[in-house]
Amino acid sequence: MSTSNLHVYVMAAPLLTAFFVNLVGRVSKAWIAPLTLGCLAFSSAASIIVLGRVMAYGGFSYTVGNWQAPYGIELVVDHLSAVMLVLISVVAFIATMSALKSTSQELPDQEYLFFTLYLILIAGLLGLVLTADAFNLYVLLEITSITTYGLIAMGKGRAPLASFNYIIMGSIGASFYLLGVGYLYLMTGSLNMADIAQILPTIGGGAAIATALAFMLVGLWVKMAFFPLHGWLPNAYSLAPTGAAILVAPLMTKVTIYLMVRVMFTIFSVDLLFLQNPAVQNGIVWAAALAIICASSLALAQRDLKRMLTYIIVAEVGYMVGGVWLANSTGMTGAILHIINDALMTLCLFLAIAAILYRLGSVEFDSLQGIYRKMPITMAAFTVGAFAMIGIPPTAGFFSKWYLLLGGIEAGQWGYVVALLFSSLVNAVLFFRIIEIGYFHKDGEHHGHEKLAEAPLSMQVPLLISATALIVIGLGSGPLVEKIIKLALPVGF
Amino acid sequence: MDQIAALIIAKYNYWIYVTLMMIGFYAMIGKRNLVKKLIGLNIFQTAIILMFVSAGVKKGAKIPILDKHHVMEHGVNVVDIVNPVPHVLMLTAIVVAVSVTGVALAILLRIYREYGTLEEDEILEKLGR
Repeated sequence: MSTSNLHVYVMAAPLLTAFFVNLVGRVSKAWIAPLTLGCLAFSSAASIIVLGRVMAYGGFSYTVGNWQAPYGIELVVDHLSAVMLVLISVVAFIATMSALKSTSQELPDQEYLFFTLYLILIAGLLGLVLTADAFNLYVLLEITSITTYGLIAMGKGRAPLASFNYIIMGSIGASFYLLGVGYLYLMTGSLNMADIAQILPTIGGGAAIATALAFMLVGLWVKMAFFPLHGWLPNAYSLAPTGAAILVAPLMTKVTIYLMVRVMFTIFSVDLLFLQNPAVQNGIVWAAALAIICASSLALAQRDLKRMLTYIIVAEVGYMVGGVWLANSTGMTGAILHIINDALMTLCLFLAIAAILYRLGSVEFDSLQGIYRKMPITMAAFTVGAFAMIGIPPTAGFFSKWYLLLGGIEAGQWGYVVALLFSSLVNAVLFFRIIEIGYFHKDGEHHGHEKLAEAPLSMQVPLLISATALIVIGLGSGPLVEKIIKLALPVGF
Repeated sequence: MDQIAALIIAKYNYWIYVTLMMIGFYAMIGKRNLVKKLIGLNIFQTAIILMFVSAGVKKGAKIPILDKHHVMEHGVNVVDIVNPVPHVLMLTAIVVAVSVTGVALAILLRIYREYGTLEEDEILEKLGR
């Protein structure tokens, strides 16, 4: 295999392995773990090589099957998509170590079905990041969504109902995106993002183009659970099987934010987005501020750790949408850095939840009493993740939030700045409440889980890796921003 | 009045697509039966398919299957041939719609087995107990 199409193998490895997992996994369970971990390890290694190549020689594009650009489907690997490739494959690799264990407990004898969908989902996410074709993006978006519907529906109790609601909402979102693509195709006659961007300034039709942009944005907002459109997310993510939640929660919303950045700046221009309609830009930043405040307040009302985190995810979506729409390079840097950091923070916290669930079977606040004494390592990592979510300095969460704050001040968007500070404060309350329950409350009155021990090693290792990554990325934020993210900013910043 | 009628008739395919889409949207939001919601979703997706397909139509144009030698001698007259791209896109969109419907029906089957009904109100009532 030549190195020039390594990025295609990054995506193809999990896709092809999915079929083998389904076939071989039926016969013998022992094959599932090595196959899944093997292909994801390969994807991670290959994506890191791709990132190295992009950093050394700059981005490149690739035409699948040698059909040239406006007609064929083009894959583009630039700094931003290379970083996302690494993020997705590494997060998926770490999550899988833990998911294998919790799936064998929660869905015994269905693992081959679970991991087939799981791997196709990862392949879809990797494809989303690579594609430079607006319609291809729709198809890949639906591949990731349909597999997620299936994974969520494998959960217990109300999970199928939550999944059905997600299907209705998710399909509306995807249909809106498709409509937007349709309007663009009618106006320009092209589906290639770069090609559309070239044709757009040469034609009139402001209203039709603005409608296309609005449809695409609303479609993606539904998919990423931007506040008033978030209704499906808390139920779907908290009722999903733990193994699915570990993968879906860190990646789905973050990849959709990436898609919003991609659509906004590859197809449309900064001029159309920010300069022609300052009122719209202003309004969206205010909507983001509202999203942060409302979702944080809703998180306060939860009595279950998993549900609380799902609302924090919704609030974090507000951070990033706001950061992108601040329309200055500091805010944009913060948003892209936050995509990386938030994926890792969410991963760390969900891995900790998976470990607790594996031993305890519940993450309601009442059952967490005295947990620090029973599972010290898990909870130490959880605390690191919590500190990152709050934004306490040596952890990664602080730095991206700092950039977002600076961007907000630079743009004079005080509502957004206040919302960010408010949300940090709420996060501090939320997590210190759990630390209080887990550390200081005696577990005497609660059903005696005296036998409770640490989670198995295969769940602790990924947890510790992700907690370490949070601190390492936090300390390495400077070089990360200088070397990669500054180059990953869209043209015009 | 005449002007409005002329406006509607000139672009009647788009008016039909918008109407269909709103019907589907209403069914998804307003109906309490889960199967009706799913059918609403199907109508919604079909409306978008109609928009794409009708946009590709040209009056009096032929299907885009060309004779190679004829094209090499005379070239292609674009006006005579229907643009195949929207139709091909919609083939993919139909596949996506069918997959979503399939997954949704499978999930509805599980919901029915669990609760014995597909009325949202009755399910919520059972969950409340």
